[in-house]
Amino acid sequence: MKPKLFTIFALLTLTLLSWGLYEALIGAPTEATMGPIQRIFYYHVPCAWVMFMCIPANFVASVIYLMKRNMALDAFAVSTAEVGVVFCTIVLLTGPIWGRPVWGIWWTWDARLTSTFILWLLYVSYLLLRTLVEEPDRRALLSSLFGIFAFLDVPLVFGAIRWWRTQHPSPVIMGGANSGLEPTMKAVFFFSAFAMHVLMVFLVLERYNVEKMSDEVDVLRRELEAA
Amino acid sequence: MTFGATLRHTLSKDLRLEWRSKDAINSMLFFALLVVVIFSFSFELTPEESRNIAGGLIWVALLFAAVVALNQTWARELRNQVLDAYRIAPAPLESLFFAKVLGNFIFVSVLELLMTPLFVVFYNLRSVGPIYELVIVSMLGNWALVVNGTFFGAISLRTRSREVLLPLILFPISIPALLAMVNATTATLTGEGSAHLPLVFLAVYDVVFTVVGLFLFETVLQAE
Repeated sequence: MKPKLFTIFALLTLTLLSWGLYEALIGAPTEATMGPIQRIFYYHVPCAWVMFMCIPANFVASVIYLMKRNMALDAFAVSTAEVGVVFCTIVLLTGPIWGRPVWGIWWTWDARLTSTFILWLLYVSYLLLRTLVEEPDRRALLSSLFGIFAFLDVPLVFGAIRWWRTQHPSPVIMGGANSGLEPTMKAVFFFSAFAMHVLMVFLVLERYNVEKMSDEVDVLRRELEAA
Repeated sequence: MTFGATLRHTLSKDLRLEWRSKDAINSMLFFALLVVVIFSFSFELTPEESRNIAGGLIWVALLFAAVVALNQTWARELRNQVLDAYRIAPAPLESLFFAKVLGNFIFVSVLELLMTPLFVVFYNLRSVGPIYELVIVSMLGNWALVVNGTFFGAISLRTRSREVLLPLILFPISIPALLAMVNATTATLTGEGSAHLPLVFLAVYDVVFTVVGLFLFETVLQAE
């Protein structure tokens, strides 16, 4: 990305996030039973949504990499995995902050918490695998294979964990008949989700550029060593 | 060579090697034994309690022990460039993968057979549910561990710190299978709840990863 474009995109993201933060903290009405702590919802759920965008993107990039063997796809795959792990980490951190006052406990091995945590473990091990393979082509190939395995594992993780009863609130957006949000809350929520997706696109693009650059540096270093 | 012939030859070679050296089975057995002893030191258990947690203990011990064998599967083939010979041989590579999985399956099954009496004695176990269910769980669970383990063993073959990498990538992928194995085993041992659902789940897990493994194995080997 050109420096100018980068600055514009960064400023846009920052503005959206700041406005989202203002709306979440001040604009939205205080929830009746939980009080101010409920406001973390405007971060927690959008981050989870972003995470569920990144992980399928990683899978698609991995599959196409296997077919085309194009390093750009590998760069894209690692970007989505890294950004996905970051957002998953935010979900796992904001959850307990909310859980402590509302449930009275930081953590419980409930279905959704556990499956999100295992998801996090899977993609951290994807990133770990990458650090342990030095040769770029082989690293790309092996991590794309692992990316496919990890993604196939996701529905199995969710299935396996459903046997435990869940304590996590059921979805309020697109949930059942009795779910739903107060209109202002809904507006704030969707704005926040939108801002978070813009942040995701920004981060993935930037991470992609960094990966491309480090690939180039790698190639140059090899040429230098060979000369 | 055909699929069947390659499979038979590779498998019998691996079994013969193991029979003569006993590398994998000895280290697995000793390792599992250590885990069992350390666990029993860590918890003072009544028979009732041990029935409740034995399902977890057994599978954790087997999972750790299986990694020992899985790490050796492919490393063995690096000596004398055997793997390169496989790669240029006009034989289907899937059958090589399948033979390795079967070999590991047999090793871990032997381990299970030897460990079962120890578990029964050390933890005062008596199954409330039907024994045949335990046999099915152990076979399906064993397959789930070795099919992914053999595949990831091939992936981690020429990486830095190979021995460390295998559990790092194998354990997270195996978590859903492990949950099912533990659930099924505990349900059978305590007689509370049914082992049916976890067994079906395990079968699905096995089929999914066997198919994907067979399908993608050639790519892994050609990456060398």
